[in-house]
Amino acid sequence: MRALRPIVQNLIGLFVDDGSLAAVILAWIALWGVVPQSAMAVPARWGGVIFFLGLALILIENVLRTTRRRRLNVPG
Amino acid sequence: MLAAFLASLVEATEALTVVLAVGTVRGWRPALVGTALALVLLLVLTATLGPALQNVALARLQLVVGVLLLLFGMRWLRKALLRAAGVIPLHDEEAVFSSEKRSLSQAGLSTTFGLDTIALVAAFKIVMLEGIEVVFIVIAIGATSGHLLAASMGAAGAVLVVAALGLVLHRPLAVIPENSIKFGVGVLLCAFGTFWSGEGIGLAWPGDDWSILALVAGFIAISAVGALLCRGRADDPTRAT
Repeated sequence: MRALRPIVQNLIGLFVDDGSLAAVILAWIALWGVVPQSAMAVPARWGGVIFFLGLALILIENVLRTTRRRRLNVPG
Repeated sequence: MLAAFLASLVEATEALTVVLAVGTVRGWRPALVGTALALVLLLVLTATLGPALQNVALARLQLVVGVLLLLFGMRWLRKALLRAAGVIPLHDEEAVFSSEKRSLSQAGLSTTFGLDTIALVAAFKIVMLEGIEVVFIVIAIGATSGHLLAASMGAAGAVLVVAALGLVLHRPLAVIPENSIKFGVGVLLCAFGTFWSGEGIGLAWPGDDWSILALVAGFIAISAVGALLCRGRADDPTRAT
């Protein structure tokens, strides 16, 4: 059974490395799933583009934050 | 098929390093038996989960698989980007090989069915750990796009290439540009994940399926910008204060 533990941990780790990155991505997807597009005042054909730009921004913010933390030797 | 092939190439290379260390230090029989057992288990997983997922309603499957692919792809892309910017060190197969050899030679001896247990478990574990990532990509991309066989063939092809190279060279494949491949796979998975999760929540994509290519280009551009910004911050000492 001990040999299976890292496999299970790896299974979770497949999707979650930096918890905050995973959480913000899920929140962004949930926002689009819950709030009607009309309420966001986004033209229908631009929905996908804005969805992508949000994800791009999430990635950039995360790597910049990680870089700053590494420079300052802040754990996490 | 390309994403499955490249992902499998990276994971098989990492697994080969440890299997080679096990074989060199503890003997080839337990190393090969452990590897074979894990490969059989991974094949069974793919053969059962893949076709089962193809029976799930497409919209629901696209959303679930899209979200998982996006999380998985973003993780790879983030790591590749941070490595490319020099924020975290590159993966060094030679260093892993030496460290594995050292720890394996210090481990005690116990046997199971006449085979060295430590060696058997070490080989089994690494092939399962790395293989599960490949199985996920094969199933996710294959089942959602309806190309499960092509994705499986891509992954199997990469395993055969790495195994053949390992057999000939008998050393870790340190020359494989692992971070660049990881970056490429991360971009592909993010593009598919964004497209499918967007479809799953009812978003319209300009150009329908063709927008996947635009997403690939978009993620490449964003990653290039991200790497530049990170490198700038990593080099600039005034940013730390």
